[in-house]
Amino acid sequence: MKKDYTILVPTMLPVHFTMAMSVFRANGYNTVLLENKGDAVKNAGLKYVHNDTCYPAQVVIGQMIDAIENGGYDKHKIALLITQTGGGCRASNYISLLRKALEKAGYGYIPVLSLNISGLDNALKLTLPMLKRLMYAVSVGDLLMCLGNQTRPYENEPGSTDELIDYWTNRCSAALCDKKVSYDIMEDLMKKIIEDFEELPRTVTDKPKVGIVGEIFVKFSPLGNNDLEAFLHSQGAEVVMGGLLDFCMYCIYNYIVDAKLYGMGKIKAFFCKKVYSYLLEKQLDIINLIRGMSRFNPPGDFAHTVSLTKGFIGLGAKMGEGWLLTAEIIELIESGVKNVICAQPFGCLPNHIVGKGMMKRIKEAYPDVNLVAIDYDAGASRVNQENRIKLMLANSMEKNNKIITQEQNRETVIVE
Amino acid sequence: MTNNLKFNTPNTTLGIDVGSTTVKLVLIKDGAIAYDCYVRHQSKVRETTYNMLTELHDIVGDEPFSLAISGSGGYGLATGLGIPFIQEVFATGETVKHLAPDTGVVIELGGEDAKVIFFTGVTDERMNGTCAGGTGAFIDQMATLLNVSVDELDKLSLSHTRIYPIASRCGVFAKTDVQPLINQGALKEDIAASIYQAVVNQTISGLIQGYDIKGRVMFLGGPLYYCKGLRQRFVKTLKLSEEDAVFPEYGLISVALGAALYASDKSVKYTYDELSALLESAVNAGGDTVKSDPLFVNDDEYREFVSRHGKSDVPEKDIASYSGSAYLGIDCGSTTTKLVLISEDNSILYQHYGSNRGNPTQIIKEQLNHIYALCGDRISIKSSAVTGYGEELITHAFGVDKGIVETMAHFIAARHFNPDVDFIMDIGGQDMKCFRIRNNSVDSILLNEACSSGCGSFIETFANLTGYNAADFARLGLRAKNPVDLGSRCTVFMNSSVKQAQKDGATVEDISAGLSMSVVKNAIYKVLRVNSADELGENIVVQGGTFLNDAILRSFEKELGKNVIRPAIAGLMGAFGAALHAKATAGKTSTLISKKTLDSFEHTVKAINCSGCENRCNLTINTFGDGAKYISGNKCEKGAGLSSKIAPLPNMFEYKRELLEKITSSELSGKNKVIGIPLALGMYELAPFWNGIFTYLGFDVKFTKFSSRKTYTNGQHTIPSDTACYPAKLMHGHIQELIDSGEVDIIFNPCLTYNFDEGKGDNCYNCPVVAYYSELLDANIKQLEGKLFMPYLNINNPKELAKGLEKAFGEIGISINRQAVKKAVAEGKTAYDKYMTDIRSKGAEYIEWARANGRQLLILAGRPYHTDPEICHLIDKLASSLGFVVLSEDSVSDMTEPARVDVLNQWTYHSRLYNAAKFATENTDCNLVQLVSFGCGIDAITTDEVRSILEEKGKIYTQLKIDEINNLGSVKIRLRSLVAALEERK
Repeated sequence: MKKDYTILVPTMLPVHFTMAMSVFRANGYNTVLLENKGDAVKNAGLKYVHNDTCYPAQVVIGQMIDAIENGGYDKHKIALLITQTGGGCRASNYISLLRKALEKAGYGYIPVLSLNISGLDNALKLTLPMLKRLMYAVSVGDLLMCLGNQTRPYENEPGSTDELIDYWTNRCSAALCDKKVSYDIMEDLMKKIIEDFEELPRTVTDKPKVGIVGEIFVKFSPLGNNDLEAFLHSQGAEVVMGGLLDFCMYCIYNYIVDAKLYGMGKIKAFFCKKVYSYLLEKQLDIINLIRGMSRFNPPGDFAHTVSLTKGFIGLGAKMGEGWLLTAEIIELIESGVKNVICAQPFGCLPNHIVGKGMMKRIKEAYPDVNLVAIDYDAGASRVNQENRIKLMLANSMEKNNKIITQEQNRETVIVE
Repeated sequence: MTNNLKFNTPNTTLGIDVGSTTVKLVLIKDGAIAYDCYVRHQSKVRETTYNMLTELHDIVGDEPFSLAISGSGGYGLATGLGIPFIQEVFATGETVKHLAPDTGVVIELGGEDAKVIFFTGVTDERMNGTCAGGTGAFIDQMATLLNVSVDELDKLSLSHTRIYPIASRCGVFAKTDVQPLINQGALKEDIAASIYQAVVNQTISGLIQGYDIKGRVMFLGGPLYYCKGLRQRFVKTLKLSEEDAVFPEYGLISVALGAALYASDKSVKYTYDELSALLESAVNAGGDTVKSDPLFVNDDEYREFVSRHGKSDVPEKDIASYSGSAYLGIDCGSTTTKLVLISEDNSILYQHYGSNRGNPTQIIKEQLNHIYALCGDRISIKSSAVTGYGEELITHAFGVDKGIVETMAHFIAARHFNPDVDFIMDIGGQDMKCFRIRNNSVDSILLNEACSSGCGSFIETFANLTGYNAADFARLGLRAKNPVDLGSRCTVFMNSSVKQAQKDGATVEDISAGLSMSVVKNAIYKVLRVNSADELGENIVVQGGTFLNDAILRSFEKELGKNVIRPAIAGLMGAFGAALHAKATAGKTSTLISKKTLDSFEHTVKAINCSGCENRCNLTINTFGDGAKYISGNKCEKGAGLSSKIAPLPNMFEYKRELLEKITSSELSGKNKVIGIPLALGMYELAPFWNGIFTYLGFDVKFTKFSSRKTYTNGQHTIPSDTACYPAKLMHGHIQELIDSGEVDIIFNPCLTYNFDEGKGDNCYNCPVVAYYSELLDANIKQLEGKLFMPYLNINNPKELAKGLEKAFGEIGISINRQAVKKAVAEGKTAYDKYMTDIRSKGAEYIEWARANGRQLLILAGRPYHTDPEICHLIDKLASSLGFVVLSEDSVSDMTEPARVDVLNQWTYHSRLYNAAKFATENTDCNLVQLVSFGCGIDAITTDEVRSILEEKGKIYTQLKIDEINNLGSVKIRLRSLVAALEERK
């Protein structure tokens, strides 16, 4: 498998995943991050996946099948990698859906690997050093995302933020391939990243901050959310979102909660506690770096995020993004972000509860926030989605006594 | 009317509101409205806006004015031209601020948009999301369905006497409810008012969602401006006093007015000529809508297509010269009525295809008269058969000899054209039927369940909206150069995709072709779910009125990459099949109404509530001239006026309900603390368990009753997510019932991530909704006031459960002895085990009975809560009346070894489904029908799996998708088709 096969990986977070790929490659897995998008992907999804299944499954599987068919790979020398969280949400079944889709499309012979920490299915072997490096990749990815989101709306030179992110993605990818990589080395790089971003020329003006929470794929993937971040950016908003590491920690933390609530898996929980403390320590370390070295707002630490659920939702609600989603909304609000988009696939089961279900309560506690739920699926019209977001932005500006205007546009027209 | 309004702005200012179906324009000059107009844009947004401007010139001359655009279709236009844009909700806010600042809530319905704006406290607003419906376009669609104008619909509604429940979520669903009402002969007045009520309910459940209505309510937008009946329903339902319900004269133009007011103090000005030039440039600009290939590359391709399909013709005989026997087939469809009269050699003597104009009996009476006149004494009608939605009504009304289920009628007709046919696809006005033929019998049937998108009536309604009839609209599509890609989901989604395409300047031709492609994609990927033409079969016959549309036929062939057969009488195939069936089963004389009786034929309808049982079905009583009655709307035989003396067949659902009723209806002692338990979702099965535990602990337990429609309406105002499944939505009504009873101290509904582990799968999860619904209830039902007791518990481990319960009780200030809890848990488990054992042994008993009495077994496989009469709509009784012994999935799931499946088998309830399916494959006299609640994400996974378990062993898979829709029409077709298919297989 290792030597002969090209392993195709669907994209969720381009920056994080690019670095993760270099970890896999350094360990002998020839992974390729898929970048194909557009109608071919959407149609392949519709064609091979049950249309009532959630949108991420359709997009991810569509992307893979489109890549198999049009990516120019030797079909007998490729494998597919897909993540599996193993919770009570139907997302745990993506891998079965993928296999079914392959069978249907006549590619039943293509092996499918599962990336999970629950020991499910035909899992790709993750060694401890690999896991560590993946953790570094996620941490650096979160840092780049966090800083990038805070410079992009204000950069003097359009595109300079993304250029800087690309530069650091490549540099860190290279570092992660090095056998001698350690947290200290990564920490040094992260310091340099913070310095670079701090020095990026920008003019800070008063722009509305918009937070994004949601089902993980639709929250992060431009493919899943019709380029939501880019759209918000184009509307003059600053995007704020929690990192991928939080989701990983959430998955681990749930084992601890299960043991506490139900007396289940006590040994597993013991190890999870260790991992959790380690991750939390590193997360706090990065937060302190940002705080000490720059004017950027650091993300909240996970222990704090957990504490925010109190009075809103039980920590036992752990399917899908579970209580984390509710907690992230509150965290955003407490950090001063008054506009939050909750993004989910159409008919997302956990989000009935933890997203839409919690909105009334959150609005009661924070009457001045703008909370908007947006559903995504193959048939949903972009116009409707964007219209709802615009309404939210207009509302936000109204609150700041500045109704949305486009007089600048008008001037350019007159010049013409 | 609007010219007496005064504004304190001295500036001349213009507001343009580009909505989904109309463009509105308001000019304020000298502090008053100098000009306003309201025009339907018929998909031609830019042109219409441009044309509307011309009137303005006389009023403003060369004077510069400020300007803003608003509306759902206006954003593209505004940004494209660099004109200031104001979001429509804010435009409305401007109007309210200026003209009625004491408004608390604005309810605004547009063509396709619906919004509610709250002005009390922090301004908040709700717009319809991706699942829309209940808007102006919906009312238009319903009016078309009733064959009346929107004005007439409104007038009718004002003299209603009763309201029928019509699904309120989306137009497609409502239609499914309205159609049977029409076919059953319900009064148009009542249907009209019920349609409005559905709009009101949609607004409440979809937009108001638990917000409190305070202060004056202002109603805006076209539908609320024009429709008096709709106003009435809103005022009644929201219980508004006369002064609190405001219907302003500017209701139609409020958004444009707001845009004008907003623009009034802007410094940027335009002159008429500047604006006119800008808009003119926009008329010619294109957008970025996704385009597809044209249907025909060149004329040759089109000619080949036409000549190929010209070949599938039918012989005809002149009725004027024929003499002998004839056979009549009637297809009383959802929107059209078809009749075919055939001769002894199967030639067509007479045919009729027409809209049923909302009253099929009248049409058929006219047609029969006509046919009798043509027949004279030469032709005698030997037999007759009827199929379609109106089958029962027509059988009773005209004494038709035979009724035949639609699927069989179509198969018989298709077989006549091509004996080797192995796949039939029929798209009618509102339903889509596809079936595979294997071994000369109908093998698998696929019907469009909850979704009618892409059926004929949708295209027809859409064509009418753009000002064309369906045929012309289709012809336009054939010539489209760049058909737009509109996606393949429900009508409502398609409507908004069309909106986007219009915004981007797509032509009617491109939209027509795009819609045809969507219809086809819908059929193939949503209903059929296939990925290549080979899967369908070698000999595909397509039929149904919708396939007479060449654009659709062409799209279908293109999508499949394969030629298909479309008989020239594609729209008459049901009637033709019925005629063939009549001929094949003809007796000596026909029971068809005689010419003489026909002359005095009369048909009156009356609606009543059945008092036969607690279901209180809405019955429609049809009385015919000869005094014969036909009663519809009944869920069981009782209401139909039939004798109830015939002993019913064993029915596991009935048994489970009886059992559960016994367990959940204990009397309150009046001495103990009362724990209230909602009989919904997971509680449906765990009731005996918790009842055992709490009774042992010395509590009185009060359960809610089985659900009814009322349960839903009682709780609907607290439902935050309108796409959740119906069983979850009903939970709100159950909680309300407990609160309203005033008898309970605590309401118990725990959070259970894990259900009982029955060892049938890889894990034992509950679905997220069942597991955590209490979190949502607690956060959304204010009246609970902390009464909800919802601990996270592990029911699999008695020790942990006892520990958890003790702790949880402690947290709400009730201290309970650990030993007692332990014993209680054991008691509960015993009660639960007894309940489950009871079900299993009863299942075994019923199977034995069925075998001894030569009856077929039918497993209705769903979840425990599907036993609820409101959730399953008593489908079990329907199945029972068709001769099946009904079993439930949990009564047989232990009679076989765990099924091996290709998916992660991790939910307790769903593992039972797989086992039940496996059990069905192991027993020749057993079949399975899967009950699926709409919106159940997990069933998107289980349905495919259950299907493959069954089909691998040659069993027929039937799926029934259910939600609040109360009509069993399509369920009946499926079950009867199953019966017919099983018959054919014998």
